[in-house]
Amino acid sequence: MSQADLAVVETAAVRPNPLWSLGLLRSELVTTFRRWRTLVLLGVLAAVPILVGVSVRIETRGGGQAGRGGGEGPAFIAEVTNNGLFLVFTALAATLPFFLPMAVGVVAGDAVAGEADAGTLRYLLVAPAGRTRLLLAKYATTMAFCLVATLVVAASALAVGALLFPLGDLTTISGTRISFADGLGRALLIALVVAVSLAGIAALGLFVSTLTNSGIAAMATTVGLLITVQILDQIPQLHALQPYFFSHYWLSFADLMRDPVYWDDLVKNLELQALYTAVFGSAAWARFTTRDITA
Amino acid sequence: MDRPSATEREPEAPEDPGSPGDPGDPGERAPVGAGVIDTRGLTKRYRGGQLAVDGLDLSVPAGSVFGFLGPNGSGKTTTIRMLMGLIAPTSGTARVLGHPMPRASRVVLPQVGALIEGPALYGFLSGRDNLLRYDAADPAADPRTRRARVEAALDRVGLAAAAAKKAKAYSLGMKQRLGLAAALLQPRKLLVLDEPTNGLDPQGMREIRALVRELAGDGTTVFLSSHLLDEIEQVCTHAAVMAQGRLIAQGAVADLVAGARGRLVVTTPDPLEAARVLKEQGVADVVVAEDRVTGEPPERDLAEVNAALVTAGVRVRGFTVERASLEDAFVALTGEGFDVAG
Repeated sequence: MSQADLAVVETAAVRPNPLWSLGLLRSELVTTFRRWRTLVLLGVLAAVPILVGVSVRIETRGGGQAGRGGGEGPAFIAEVTNNGLFLVFTALAATLPFFLPMAVGVVAGDAVAGEADAGTLRYLLVAPAGRTRLLLAKYATTMAFCLVATLVVAASALAVGALLFPLGDLTTISGTRISFADGLGRALLIALVVAVSLAGIAALGLFVSTLTNSGIAAMATTVGLLITVQILDQIPQLHALQPYFFSHYWLSFADLMRDPVYWDDLVKNLELQALYTAVFGSAAWARFTTRDITA
Repeated sequence: MDRPSATEREPEAPEDPGSPGDPGDPGERAPVGAGVIDTRGLTKRYRGGQLAVDGLDLSVPAGSVFGFLGPNGSGKTTTIRMLMGLIAPTSGTARVLGHPMPRASRVVLPQVGALIEGPALYGFLSGRDNLLRYDAADPAADPRTRRARVEAALDRVGLAAAAAKKAKAYSLGMKQRLGLAAALLQPRKLLVLDEPTNGLDPQGMREIRALVRELAGDGTTVFLSSHLLDEIEQVCTHAAVMAQGRLIAQGAVADLVAGARGRLVVTTPDPLEAARVLKEQGVADVVVAEDRVTGEPPERDLAEVNAALVTAGVRVRGFTVERASLEDAFVALTGEGFDVAG
């Protein structure tokens, strides 16, 4: 029976449709989001807003206000008791320095090196996936993960905020009042900006991933670089270099809560992410398209 | 977004005479022969300086079942990786299905099914989903027929019943079969099978050999690497022998074996007397082992040799010429046994 089937297929397969190329991206997305590891990472990210929300709730049960008198917390934490929507901003501010980029580093670092580790890379390439196409599919999938991860944090925070705290009109950093719907729109915009803020480390992780045949080594290196940069960003003597660290303008997303919006640092952040994507994306491409696949 | 790099494109160009990868080798511009695989001076030196493949001139005729033979570490897998565009050669050229590799990967590889150094699978996906993923990676594969082709491939290697099981629960033999199924997702002009019977039980080996014969019967050229001589001898029409990165011989299996002559075997209770008579009759390299006397058969009619033995009063129980095996041919070629290259 297979012979007859294959004969039919042969006549149909004469002219490949350019759209068939997208099959790889779709397969890549499905494969990534079906991994247990991906789901665990998303689960951890979803738990952060729950943790923050519940602890703010417990701390303020006596009628006091969080963040007052008790030292500093993530940005916006003082506002959470007044308006649950602020939990979205608080949760993003809490996860952006480490949890989110770490999850992205794991996914990006494993992207190519993990396939090499398992030996599946050679079969994808003789399929033939095409090296450039595979790399683009990997980067697009990593960026999709950035977006999904950010939205998971935001959605979880919104749900917890709505459950534990009142919702309603809110006050911007500049002191003006905006409607809840406007606030919700800004929350979505902030989530998108946070997702794009991760483009730099995604490209960096993908580049590291093309350097080695060990998925673990690539993930550890990427996360290690993240921690190093975050520490260096705190050392005042390095202030001349700091504007070039991919994480330097990450928290500029808070400027979207000003009225009018303060764009300078937001634009700098986006420019920096584009620069990192261009530099490390090209490096990853140069490395991956010329490399001997021996694993 | 799906465009490959410049090096992977321009597949239809017959041969670009000015390209950097083609330093004016006159043979390179000759019309494409019938060879499904043609290499000229193919060489790979790894970064450590180790010469894995040294000046390989391989020619695989269309429609053959081609055995690629050599001990472990003789450069077989490196050669296959170069043919499949996974490794760039240090020098020399390789053409597969008439196109230069790795430049024409995009045109060549959809017509090639490959099993390279054992199967590699996504353990967290089912066998079926593994095949769906590999098929999706091929931009020349029609998504409308994908499911049907995957089922047909699973059926063909006898995995239909285990298709929904996660691949990490597969035995080595089942993984090997799934790897083969991935190579059979589309009708192929060339199948490259690197050690396809590794990890299989004798029954599985027989099935794979039957499958290879069946595919060859459909006109698919099969390039089969193995370190098992009898495996090659049983299924292959042609063979090449590698040792320490060099090609020692290639050609039709019958010709290779003909190069190593068979041995005359006389079974007798009078071995010493028989040995004396055989030497007189022009038999060289006479060896006596208990009641067996063996030697290289002489040019003259063997009937006369037998008559001479009987005339001399030697009691003959058996008188035969044992056909040379590929192993004899290999030993004759290399002057050594078929052991792992040190």
